[in-house]
Amino acid sequence: MDRVKLTIDGRAVEVPAGTTIYKAAKELGIDIPILCYMDLKDLNIENKPGGCRICVVEVEGRGNLASSCSTNVAAGMVVKTNSMRVINARRTVMELILSDHPKDCLSCAKSGNCDLQDMAVKLGIREIPGQEYAEMSTYRLDTSPSIIRELDKCIMCRRCETMCNDFQTVGALHAVNRGFESVVAPAFEMNLEHSPCTYCGQCVAVCPTGALTEVDHTSKVISALNDPTKTVVVQTAPAVRAALGEEFGMEPGTRVTGQMVSALRQLGFDYVFDTDFAADLTIMEEGTELLGRLTRFMEGDEEVKLPILTSCCPGWVNFFEYNYPEMKEIPSTARSPQQMFGSIAKSYFAEMIEVDRKDMVVISIMPCLAKKYECQREEFSVDGNPDVDYSITTRELAHLIKQANLDLAKLDSDDFDAPLGESSGAGVIFAATGGVIEAATRTAYEIYTGKVLEKVDFEQLRGMEGIRSAKVDFDGQEINIGIAHGLGNARKLLDDVKAGKSQYHAIEIMACPGGCIGGGGQPLHHGDASILKARARAIYAEDRDKPIRKSHENPYIKKLYEEFLGEPMSEKAHELLHTHYFDKRKKIFQV
Amino acid sequence: MPVATLTEIPVKKQIRIALRNCGVINPEKIEDYIVRDGYFALGMVLSEMTPENAIGVIKDSGIRGRGGAGFPTGLKWEFASKSMSEQKYVVCNADEGDPGAFMDRSILEGDPHTVLEAMALCGYCIGANTGYIYIRAEYPLAIARLKTAISQAREFGFLGKSIFGSEFEFDIHLKYGAGAFVCGEETALIHSMEGLRGEPSLKPPFPSESGYLGKPTNVNNVETYANIPVIFLKGAEWFSGIGTEKSKGTKVFALAGKVNNVGLVEVPMGITLREVIFEIGGGIKDGKGFKAVQTGGPSGGCLTEKHLDTPIDYENLIACGSMMGSGGMIVMDEDDCMVSIAKFFLDFTVEESCGKCSPCRIGNKRLYELLDRICTGKGEMPDLDRLRNLSEVIKDTSLCGLGQSSPNPVLSTLNNFYHEYVSHVEDKKCQAGVCRDLLEYFIIEENCVGCTACARACPVGAISGERKEPHLINPDTCIKCGACLEKCKFDAVILR
Repeated sequence: MDRVKLTIDGRAVEVPAGTTIYKAAKELGIDIPILCYMDLKDLNIENKPGGCRICVVEVEGRGNLASSCSTNVAAGMVVKTNSMRVINARRTVMELILSDHPKDCLSCAKSGNCDLQDMAVKLGIREIPGQEYAEMSTYRLDTSPSIIRELDKCIMCRRCETMCNDFQTVGALHAVNRGFESVVAPAFEMNLEHSPCTYCGQCVAVCPTGALTEVDHTSKVISALNDPTKTVVVQTAPAVRAALGEEFGMEPGTRVTGQMVSALRQLGFDYVFDTDFAADLTIMEEGTELLGRLTRFMEGDEEVKLPILTSCCPGWVNFFEYNYPEMKEIPSTARSPQQMFGSIAKSYFAEMIEVDRKDMVVISIMPCLAKKYECQREEFSVDGNPDVDYSITTRELAHLIKQANLDLAKLDSDDFDAPLGESSGAGVIFAATGGVIEAATRTAYEIYTGKVLEKVDFEQLRGMEGIRSAKVDFDGQEINIGIAHGLGNARKLLDDVKAGKSQYHAIEIMACPGGCIGGGGQPLHHGDASILKARARAIYAEDRDKPIRKSHENPYIKKLYEEFLGEPMSEKAHELLHTHYFDKRKKIFQV
Repeated sequence: MPVATLTEIPVKKQIRIALRNCGVINPEKIEDYIVRDGYFALGMVLSEMTPENAIGVIKDSGIRGRGGAGFPTGLKWEFASKSMSEQKYVVCNADEGDPGAFMDRSILEGDPHTVLEAMALCGYCIGANTGYIYIRAEYPLAIARLKTAISQAREFGFLGKSIFGSEFEFDIHLKYGAGAFVCGEETALIHSMEGLRGEPSLKPPFPSESGYLGKPTNVNNVETYANIPVIFLKGAEWFSGIGTEKSKGTKVFALAGKVNNVGLVEVPMGITLREVIFEIGGGIKDGKGFKAVQTGGPSGGCLTEKHLDTPIDYENLIACGSMMGSGGMIVMDEDDCMVSIAKFFLDFTVEESCGKCSPCRIGNKRLYELLDRICTGKGEMPDLDRLRNLSEVIKDTSLCGLGQSSPNPVLSTLNNFYHEYVSHVEDKKCQAGVCRDLLEYFIIEENCVGCTACARACPVGAISGERKEPHLINPDTCIKCGACLEKCKFDAVILR
């Protein structure tokens, strides 16, 4: 590739042609401030509207300033990133942005974690001239089951739009209106609830300000914990343990499973359980369903539809209910681990400890915003009592822990309670893209072939590529597996299925980049994709360290079937662990 | 007052190239156009010239884009022709959005075939077989005439397959714009054509590399195209003989404001503002004094007496702090308040900013607010420094031409009429008598006969005085409705 020599702030640098000024400056250790720009390299997500104009620099011979995030270098270019002209312009633009931004930082959900706030600190903004007579743009607050849109705080960086449209192809968010009234909103400025939003939360994950945040349920959790008549049960999703530490200043990828359990116990939860247990249960049901469909398909049953699609991800379920309702018979009917857990906790476990389900509160800690919506679905309740009462995010858990004056790093490691706290390594890897199908493969292989699987690590199913495919040899029977993370990638696989071109027997789909580790409820990655990779490594390490690595070998799962469910796909299992899907296409924009 | 006829207005200074057929031919009859050498250029180029040669003619003519930026048209065509692609597009920008400018509409309504012919010529030159005219939906007559013209041109074989028996094939379709000023910016226009939000994106990539649907696209303005057939017929040398060193040919201006003759004028580049305003325009209305002329549409600058003898071309206007733009020319007299004028134009750009980049989205709003404070007597001297700094930063940092030029009315009035700003701020006076908040109604004692008509008309009881005695207006109560002034028969009530 051609290389280009240029000068930035008086220092020479040589970079490949096509590099932006911003990236060339980085090579020299010059950190040009950025605000709207976002680059998730490994995921091929780049937000580069050139809209905020914070990253402007002076280029010799050019009339106006250039946005360094989106201007490519040229041979012999002389760039100044810190001339008086640049500093004044950058500062003035920042003051403009702040002049149209609420000043309630102290009580803002993003306080301390806000890119705009950080930039104001970096640029040393001390006053906003003319603020007293500057009109501010105001919009109505929009609350949905998962996401709150407080658009007064929107700075039009368009990151959410990039995630929602380009990466997820959901198309719920777009810039609307013009001039001072411009804002990112669903079509016709309707509420998110009436848009095709899947609540994947990727907009929230990248929002640099408090414009998009999760619906906070921490106070409800505190109330439940303080209600002596309630037995409060908590389940923690696999991805949480690989990211929670970041909220306490630990390196990305630090595993804090044991400390997290300690913290939850200290917070006063009566039973600290693991969603991983339910993940093992999911494998039993989904794996059996897969094998059943596969066997009937092989035997020539024309009623059987393949591929089978995973159904653990609630964002993904919402996506196909909106976009592919005609294919709603194809995904597995297995409920997600969160819902399987709630269902078992409020039946099997409630009976075991002799507590009425109405006196039991099930809380889930999830890396996810769509889980908040999922647990409110009517079909996941009995007589109006939901199987999972509240779902809170990793971030919300961190707030709870901090409020309780606990320092996660200093807590001793503790173990989950039995019986719903035991899991195999297969349950753990649900957190990373490819993990569910790998877990299913471990079990399905042994059941299908009747042989012991020697090597449980299916490296071919792992990775960060948006769409991956792999073949797994089931003792002579080749199984084609497809994996997609990100709903845009899912759409590509789905379009093939719809067109009858899909070669796959089974497809795993996760809505978020990297799978649940990159979920909308996780600590904010601020555009750093290496954080997601570190979390994935932590998950696979946790799997490796587990004594049991196949779901069907989990002794508590075996016991659950023996004592309560009978066998996978039994009538009782169907009632408690399976679901059905809805055609939501017609609901879009219907108030 | 009788309207001046064409013969009464000095036409000798005008050269009609783009407007050559407007008002002369029946735009709904292709035969009329053909009689005036219509489609001859297309026939000649297709039979006698290679695309390279034809682009050479356009380059040699020196014609530059008439839409505002003044980019050399031949160069633009050459870039598009050199972009490798199976599919390319020719686009005509008919999203005329400057308030008061209607040269594009006049051409489309009066001579639609010239645009079609030019687009076909461009298609041949760059290797495109499809053209689109992006026209604002508020131009129903222009749309109707274009539709008629396109179907006639197809019937006559000037559009369609094997035009003039050559292998060249070209057709033109219409795309309607919803009336956003920013869609005159070519990347915004292309996004709008694609069904996306009409907002600009960074260049490069230029449309000539990646335009409509990602294919090489040449975008020119209506007036630019209207010049093209004539350049081929009369030659590059003829065309480049008109105008100045760097700006060739003519420019159509929409002359408006306080001049006696308003309307479209087509003048050679290099003519002075004085000639346009005082000779063609017939001077200032009602014998008032000339104060300023604003060129270049809403984001142009206000020029003064000292600029009147500057030859008009792209570079000179920019050097004066204004621009060519699409050719708006608004003349102001002594009754115009320059602060209000700047505020008026900012009001427009605030409305028309697409909102994509922060300096334009928020900065123009803040400029407007500052101007409004000054006009309503709330301004302070530091506001003037803020106005200037903000204007300069908006120009320096905005993403597209809209924000890069929107502060021009502010900067040019600050530069040329600073004293008016100061008198608004320090003395709280508007000399031109435009800023209502800075004026007060006052009764001249000597003229007042004490008829009480004003006091009775006052809706808020602000006027006091005995019968047959001079009356007095209490400025604290007065709401400045003007009822007293209207009622007074003795010229005793004045605004000062």
